[in-house]
Amino acid sequence: MHIVRAFDEDLKYLSGRIAAMGGLAERMVEQSVAALVHHDAPMAQKVIADDRLLDEAQRDIDEKAIAVIARRQPLADDLREIIGAIRISADLERVGDLGKNNAKRVVAITASRQPVQLFRGLQALSDLALTQLKDVLDVYASRAVDTLGFVRDRDDQIDAMYTSLFRELLTYMMEDPRNITPCTHLLFCAKNIERIGDHATNIAETVYYIATAEQLPIDRPKGDKSHRVTLDVPEAAK
Amino acid sequence: MSEQETSKGSRAMAEPPAGRLAQARWTLVAAALAIGAVTAAAGGSWLLAVGALAAVAAVAAFAPRRTRSMRRADSAAAAAQFPLDRLSALRLAAAVPDPLIVFDAAGVIVHANPAAEITFGPVLRGVDLQLRFRAPEMQDLIGKALSGTADGAVVDYAERLPVERLYRVSATPLGDATGLFVLVFKDQSEVRRIDRMRADFIANASHELRTPLASIAGFIETLRGPARDDPAARDRFLEIMQAQTARMARLIDDLLSLSRLEMKPFVKPGETVDIVQVAAGVADALGQRAADAGVVVERHFPAGPVMVAGSRDELTQVFENLLENAIKYGQAGKRVTLTVERAPGAPKPQVDVTVRDFGPGIAEEHIPRVTERFYRADVDSAQKGTGLGLAIVKHILTRHNARLTINSSPGEGAAFVVHLPAG
Repeated sequence: MHIVRAFDEDLKYLSGRIAAMGGLAERMVEQSVAALVHHDAPMAQKVIADDRLLDEAQRDIDEKAIAVIARRQPLADDLREIIGAIRISADLERVGDLGKNNAKRVVAITASRQPVQLFRGLQALSDLALTQLKDVLDVYASRAVDTLGFVRDRDDQIDAMYTSLFRELLTYMMEDPRNITPCTHLLFCAKNIERIGDHATNIAETVYYIATAEQLPIDRPKGDKSHRVTLDVPEAAK
Repeated sequence: MSEQETSKGSRAMAEPPAGRLAQARWTLVAAALAIGAVTAAAGGSWLLAVGALAAVAAVAAFAPRRTRSMRRADSAAAAAQFPLDRLSALRLAAAVPDPLIVFDAAGVIVHANPAAEITFGPVLRGVDLQLRFRAPEMQDLIGKALSGTADGAVVDYAERLPVERLYRVSATPLGDATGLFVLVFKDQSEVRRIDRMRADFIANASHELRTPLASIAGFIETLRGPARDDPAARDRFLEIMQAQTARMARLIDDLLSLSRLEMKPFVKPGETVDIVQVAAGVADALGQRAADAGVVVERHFPAGPVMVAGSRDELTQVFENLLENAIKYGQAGKRVTLTVERAPGAPKPQVDVTVRDFGPGIAEEHIPRVTERFYRADVDSAQKGTGLGLAIVKHILTRHNARLTINSSPGEGAAFVVHLPAG
């Protein structure tokens, strides 16, 4: 509680705005993948249109945060709260961009009928990334930062899943050159989703900092090994 | 209210004598006049008359007015009224099976009933409602409720992760000007799930049954054509066809059991089961299968029961699938170990159950994917399994708030570890 009640209201406004952004970003990512799996172009269009709302929300948060800093000269946890809001909104805005990029690829990927197993891995990857984002935003709401242990484990899972998916898509491309167009787009989609997981991890770090004034330890092992994946061309194809 | 009434009742019993005398004033005046008249007429002693009057006054002041049965009826009526009036709103909320969240005019959660804590997680009180329910339609509903324009507003709210659910949510102010509101979540998942289940089942079944069907059709064609008079080939083909039809039957079983699982509601709170008993039961049930495959199942169980929260049937299915896989894919290792141990775990204690085989193991790139539906690590295993066993395991464990970790390196076998929250 602050002596100036308007200050409390400012802080509440910021966190409420973050929550709304988070909800919208989650929805966009979910819908972009659903549009891919179900070949739903109108839904992809909706995702692309929704991105505007996220951009506007981020600008609003930035302006409001700067105004609060200028007017109230906050210190300690209040200052962390406001700086944290700026950082989280930037991460969420990126999440929205990545979702939008996936949605833009829907038309190219679904131009011809694709076999269903092409999308199964992507669906599983996006479920993991979205669970990460959801759990992290739940911790932002509850401030129960002692439960943040799951973040690193799941980040590793996302990376491992991405590496595996990368390999699988390469296999499809080798099997049949007609797969190259959709699989290349799907590779970018998978990369986008992996990036969404990274942004969720960033948000977790910011939330931890807001609540404890300490940084999460840096030793973040990189589980993404896709930069090392190579596949040999099978004998028959040579 | 009843409290006031009961205290009023007891106060009447202990009312000061002056008040009771005032209540009985007309009777007393009449008695005084009567005694005076009788004394005057009969020429009796005035001293006796005053004494008689004092006695009447004393009775009026102290003797109970109501008969005993009247008093008993009074207290019985009070007792009958007691529970409903004294019923706490929190206890009422706890008895409601639907999630129910009470929040104040600032949008902060002041109470969540047990159903809500099971569905939305334990950390709810004191949390800003709009931070927890971020979906655009929920933001809208809460905003409307707080600004007082949500009278009876209802939205459909879907959560897809970790388990799919659909709710019809209503926001209503509580009482007159209490400044409190209540969100009621009516579970609609079943309706949606039945639809989805049908669609999914048809899609999956038609896709997955096509391969074995095509292979059977091919063999039939060969049997009617080139292999018509070749008894050796006929036997071999019929054997393959039998294996394929058996696989199709298994696939349908697995698809049905997965669909049924998706239909069922969540694990009930407070349901616990002895995991040692479950694991031992599974090992017994699969003993013959293991012996046929030449595999020894070694058990490492702690003494005494180890309780975990969960449903016996579903956990039995988890360990059946895991042990069956270990026997099937780890046959080359000749042994499988089944271990139950208590683990410290953070933030809560947990129980780890490990099913380990010593077969060829799983390649690193397949590990993150093996729980996906119809994912097959290699072409060989496509012949053996339906691609659904681990998907079923994963689904059940998600419902139990449990995790599955898989450790394996090629050539050294695979360990499937189930981390269950201790009960």
